[in-house]
Amino acid sequence: MSAHPVWTVESVRRALTEKKISARELTDEFFRRIGNRNPELNAYLALSPERAYAQADRIDRQIARGAPLPLLAGVPVAIKDVISTAGIVTTCGSRILQNYLPPYDATAVTRLEQAGAILLGKTNCDEFAMGSSNENSAYGPVRNPVAPDRVPGGSSGGSAAAVAAGLAVIALGTDTGGSIRQPGALCGIPALMPTYGRVSRYGLIAFASSLDRIGPFGHTVADVATALAVLAGEDPNDSTCAKTPVPDYTAELNTPVQKMRLGIPKEYLGAGIDPAVRQRVEEAIQQLEKLGCTIVNISLPHTDYAIATYYLVATAEASSNLARYDGVRFGFRAPGETLTEMYRRTRGQGFGPEVKRRIMLGTYALSAGYYEAYYLRAQKVRSLIARDFAEAFRQVDLIVTPTSPVPAFRLGERTSDPLQMYLSDIYTVTGSLAGIPGISVPCGTTPEGLPVGLQILGPHFEEARVLRLAHAFEQAGGFAG
Amino acid sequence: MSIRREDVLRVAELAHLELSEQEVQLYLQQLDSILRYVEKLNELDIEAVEPMAQVLTPSAAESDPMREDLPCPNLAGEHVLRNAPEARLPYFRVPKVIER
Repeated sequence: MSAHPVWTVESVRRALTEKKISARELTDEFFRRIGNRNPELNAYLALSPERAYAQADRIDRQIARGAPLPLLAGVPVAIKDVISTAGIVTTCGSRILQNYLPPYDATAVTRLEQAGAILLGKTNCDEFAMGSSNENSAYGPVRNPVAPDRVPGGSSGGSAAAVAAGLAVIALGTDTGGSIRQPGALCGIPALMPTYGRVSRYGLIAFASSLDRIGPFGHTVADVATALAVLAGEDPNDSTCAKTPVPDYTAELNTPVQKMRLGIPKEYLGAGIDPAVRQRVEEAIQQLEKLGCTIVNISLPHTDYAIATYYLVATAEASSNLARYDGVRFGFRAPGETLTEMYRRTRGQGFGPEVKRRIMLGTYALSAGYYEAYYLRAQKVRSLIARDFAEAFRQVDLIVTPTSPVPAFRLGERTSDPLQMYLSDIYTVTGSLAGIPGISVPCGTTPEGLPVGLQILGPHFEEARVLRLAHAFEQAGGFAG
Repeated sequence: MSIRREDVLRVAELAHLELSEQEVQLYLQQLDSILRYVEKLNELDIEAVEPMAQVLTPSAAESDPMREDLPCPNLAGEHVLRNAPEARLPYFRVPKVIER
């Protein structure tokens, strides 16, 4: 991919403690890489050099003193632009927040920096995280570093591309229907969606509140596990964040996976999957069997209803969350004679086509006379989808599927038909609706060299188990394909 | 068509979205195809199913969701108003709402 060495959390720590490089020099190197590569990729929307160098110098002083270094000391990180960063422009990929300066940091950002991470900047994404290709950003699409004529996936496309191109070691994304896992798959890197409520969302600009989650991208499963260890845990500022104790995710990584029971849902390898993707995933399943896992064929019978359910629930919640963008308190304002005219023009001009489409659909699904037929019905079917998983996890420890039915597609190839774009989220929206954790790990490439992702889903709060299998698979050479 | 032009206009009004004629046409067609697609949910018998009102399992959500009610400093007014398109401390400025 590039002549640069691939920095990981582990190699950064070693280089810093052995004084092969200073945190400041490392930061310089990453800004240099970004300067070289970002004009083409458009992965970063804003850089935060002042904040990065202040933190780098702090880490260098700790090293000089011989002080113990925190988990992510000196690790360069990127933050998806839907996550608030105090004093650094946070646009959500939208014109409506073009100059928005958050007055505070998201808890996830605070935790990364407290763990010593160096915040390089904010990454591009689909507007308000709505999209599967990163083509819905008001600031232009992101290109896939593996194949620059193709999309990186979305909505966290900038974060995935930044890590894959070596422009960050860890990046934060958000996942509502697949927005971490799918770009992870399309860019060929590990990408974790934690359990709903595992990571605080204080400071995350909301899209769909019953679905949104923050999670990390990294070069290795171990890096993702370390990032989760830093991010996870209760937060008095987010009442939806669980108080469930946080296990030591990295300590359990090397526990053997022998005798693990892995469910393969028949609904995930059926019609609509690219043959090369299917082949890589079937090979991955064989490899997991060689590692001593037991493969169990299972069924998740309501899978076929997941896209319809997801696009009703998510758009309904989005339509109410996005009501706050009215040109009064922050962001873009279009002039109007009356208050209502100002609202309507601000929102009409400030939001892009996909966001308006989803607000329209969600408003319709919640409106008088349609609420029961659409929103309430979808919430009931959501119960059935969650129940499918609960029942499956009585028979198996984890579930293994493809992450995306297709590898990275060409820019512009799928923008004309929104429903077709929605349908490509089929393997990821189910886990989102059920609130369970899932990771995408690379499992080789198509004959054209495009990455394929393997999705591993686990029961609520069983990230350690998910990471363990992902790590074992990676160590066994899942990476190489 | 499962959605009519009047519906699109009504929804745009509810959502405070000014749409061009071209957008009205586009959304009419696209929402129609999406709504037709989601009709597949009607195939399921959901009479006895409870809607999913909470994502977390009771054991995780439970414990005590309330935190202590401790006073803490608010964001400074000028800090908050810094993002407003039009403001004059301590107010956000909007077009006139009440006729005198």
